[in-house]
Amino acid sequence: MGWRLTLRPYILIVPALLLTCGILYPFGLGLYYTLFDFSASKPQPDMVRFENYRTVFTQDAFWNSAWVTVLYAVGAAVVETVLGVAVALLLHRSSFVGRVLEKILILPLMIAPVIAAIMWKLMLQPSVGVVNHLLKPFGLGGVQWTDTPAGALLSSIAVDVWVYTPFVAILALAGLRSLPTSPFEAAAVDGAGWWYTFRRLTLPMLWPYVLVAVIFRFMDSLKVFDIIYALTEGGPGDSTVVLQIRAYLEAIRFQRYSFGISYTIVLWAVVYLAAMVLVRHLGKIQRKAAEAK
Amino acid sequence: MDTHVHDRRRFLALTAGAAATPLLAACGAGFGSDDKKSDGSAADDVTGSFDWKREKGRTVKALLNKHPYTDALIADLKSFTAKTGIKVEYDVFPEDNYFDKLTVDLSSGRASYDVFMLGAYMVWQYGPPGWLEDLGPWMRNSSATGAEWDQADFFPNLLQADQWSLKAGAPLGQGGQYALPWGWETNVVAYNTEVFGKLGLKPAETFDELREIAGVIKRKAPAAGYDGMYGIAVRGSRSWATIHPGFMTMYARNGLHDFTVHGGKLRPAMNTPEAIAFTQDWAGMVKQGGPPSWTSYTWYQCSSDLGAKKAGMLFDADTAAYFQAVAGASPASGKIAFHPGPKGPDGSLATNMWIWSLGMNAKSRKKSASWLFLQWATGKEHLRKAAVTNNHIDPVRKSISQDAAYKDKMKHLPGFIETFETVVDQTKIQFTPQAQFFDATTSWAAALQEIYGGQNARSVLNGLAGDLAAKVG
Repeated sequence: MGWRLTLRPYILIVPALLLTCGILYPFGLGLYYTLFDFSASKPQPDMVRFENYRTVFTQDAFWNSAWVTVLYAVGAAVVETVLGVAVALLLHRSSFVGRVLEKILILPLMIAPVIAAIMWKLMLQPSVGVVNHLLKPFGLGGVQWTDTPAGALLSSIAVDVWVYTPFVAILALAGLRSLPTSPFEAAAVDGAGWWYTFRRLTLPMLWPYVLVAVIFRFMDSLKVFDIIYALTEGGPGDSTVVLQIRAYLEAIRFQRYSFGISYTIVLWAVVYLAAMVLVRHLGKIQRKAAEAK
Repeated sequence: MDTHVHDRRRFLALTAGAAATPLLAACGAGFGSDDKKSDGSAADDVTGSFDWKREKGRTVKALLNKHPYTDALIADLKSFTAKTGIKVEYDVFPEDNYFDKLTVDLSSGRASYDVFMLGAYMVWQYGPPGWLEDLGPWMRNSSATGAEWDQADFFPNLLQADQWSLKAGAPLGQGGQYALPWGWETNVVAYNTEVFGKLGLKPAETFDELREIAGVIKRKAPAAGYDGMYGIAVRGSRSWATIHPGFMTMYARNGLHDFTVHGGKLRPAMNTPEAIAFTQDWAGMVKQGGPPSWTSYTWYQCSSDLGAKKAGMLFDADTAAYFQAVAGASPASGKIAFHPGPKGPDGSLATNMWIWSLGMNAKSRKKSASWLFLQWATGKEHLRKAAVTNNHIDPVRKSISQDAAYKDKMKHLPGFIETFETVVDQTKIQFTPQAQFFDATTSWAAALQEIYGGQNARSVLNGLAGDLAAKVG
C-alpha cells in the first residue's frame, strides 16, 4: 500500500511530463543548434559554441530590433490597458446599450490577427483606403500611414490595440463584476465623488485583474509577428523589424538556421525575465489584497 | 522541510535529463544527411530506347505556385497522364507563402514533392545544399529524353540562367542544370495610351525622361479626368522582389553591378558613386511620380493600379501588365501598350528577368517519372497549347514565340511582341549569383525605403555595402 501511495504522484504527473517533453524537446534541440553554424549552405556544421550569440549581441540590427520590440510591446500593452479598463468601466454600468456593446466588443477578438492586419492595411491605404476617405473633410486625406518609420510603428500598434483591447476589457469587466459592493455603497453614503472612488477603491481592488491582462498582453506583444509582418513586412527600412521578424528572416528566408534560432532564444530569455518580474509583482499585489481583506 | 518537494524536483530533473540526453545526442546526426553527391546520376540507370510509358502506373507529387502558368499546366495534366500513364498529384500555394513552404520542405530532407516550381534565383539558395537534382545528365541521356524535346529550341539565356557551378560569383551557364525554364517575364514599361494621348506624352527613351514623365502624369492627370492617378507604379515593399524587376533593369542599363568579383571574393558595388546617384534618382522618381504608400507595394498593387487607371505607367514584369491589358480584364483593358523602357546612357537595353522554372527534388524516389513530367511540361506540345489557348505567355521556346497562332493572339496588345523581340537578346539575370541573394536584396530594398524616406543615400548604401561585405565576402 505504501509504495502505491509513494508512486501515485509520479504517475499523476506522467501526462504533464510527456506534454512538457513535447515542448522541451524542440526547445532543447533549438538551443543545441545555436551552438553550431548550421545553415543551408553548411548542412554539416561545425560547433562554434557561443559565437552566434556573440554575433547577435554585436549587431546593430539586433539592438534596433530589440528597441522596436520593446517600444511596440510597451506601447501596445499600455494603450490596451488604459482603453480596456475605460471600456470595462463604461460597460459595467448595466444598461441596454452596455449589454449590446459587450457582445459587439468581442468581435475583433474573433478575427485572426493576420486577417485584421490585412484588413487594416487596405483601410489605411492612402488613396483608396476608407480611413483617409473619412479624414478628407478634415483636411487629412493624404496621410501616408505606413510610409514613415514612426507611422508604420504607430499603425502596427493601432491594429494590435484594435484586436486586443476587447481582451483587456473583458478581463477588467470580469474583475469589476467580482468586486464587493459594500465599500462602494459606503463611499456613496459618505458622498465620495466618481474620481475619488475610482482612484481609492475601484483601481486598487481591480489592480490584480488589470495586471493579469498586462502580463498577457505584454508577453504576447513581445512575441508579435503576424500583425507587423502583414502590415509592413518590417519596413520602411528596418523600422518595424521586431525580434520575431528578424528571427524568421534569418532562419527561414536566409536559411541561417542556427543564427535565426539564436534570435528566438534571446527573445525567449527576454519574455521569460519579463514574465518572472511581472508575475512576482502580481503575487505581491494579490497577497496585499488578501491581507487587506 | 518537505523532502518530497526535493524528491519530486530531483525526479523531474533526472527524467528530463534522461530524456534529453539521447535526444540531443541524436541531434548530432540531426542536421540532415550528408548531401555529398555520388559520382553517378540516377539518369545513368535509364537505358534502352526512349519510351514515354516507361514509368506507367507511377504517381509524381508536384508543388506549385498559384499562377496563370500553373492554371494552364493543371488544365493540360490529363494529356500527360494519357501520354505516360503517370498520375500527377499536386498542391498549389499562393505566392506569399509558396517559397517558405518549398524551403521548409526541401530543408527537411524529405521527398514530399518530386517536382516543384522555383525561380532561377532559388537555384543559388537550394543548389549549394544539394537539394536540387542536376538535370544535365537526364538531358544528355537519349534513353531518358525524347528527341522531340529539342534542347536547342530554348532561348539559350534562359537555359543558362538555371545552370550554375555553385560557386559564389561564378557566371551562370556553367556547371549543373538545376532547373528548366518553363515560363518567364521580361521587365519593361507598360503605359496607359489614353492618358499619354491626352497629356501629349511619348514613352520615355531615357531615365531622365521617365522620371520627368512620371512627375508630369502625377501633376496633370487628375486635372485631365484621371482622379488620383500617379505617374509610375514600381514595387516598394521590404522584400527582395522590390529590387529585381524595374529597379534592377534600369540599374543594369546604367552599367551598374550589385557585386564585383575580386580574387574570387565578392565585393558589394551598390555604393559606388554612380550607383548612389542612380538609387537617389530612383527614389526621387518614386517620390515625385510614384504611388502613395509605396513602401507596401508589391507586383500585385502595381499591376492592379495600372488596370484601375490609377497608374499611368508600370515598370515591372510584362506579365503584370498583360493580365490587366487583355480584353475585359480591367478598366484599362485596350488602353495599355508596351515599350522596352528607357535605354541606358550607352543605349543599353539590358533587362533583368524572372524565370518560373521547374526543378526536381534530389531526394525524390521517382526521378525517372519526375523527369518525364519535367520533359513534358517544358516540351513543345504542352507549352504551345498553354501559350495559345491559355495565358502562358512569354514562351521559353523560340519556336513558340514565332508560332503564328501565338503571334496572332498577342498582336492585339500594342507593342507587346515588338517589345519582347527588342529586349529578348539583352534579357538575362543581371544579379551576381551567390547564396546570400535573398538577404542582400531584402536589405537593399530596406535601404531603398530609407532613402525614399529622406535618409542620406550615401550613408545608407555605404552601410548596406559594409554589412553585405561581411556576409558574402
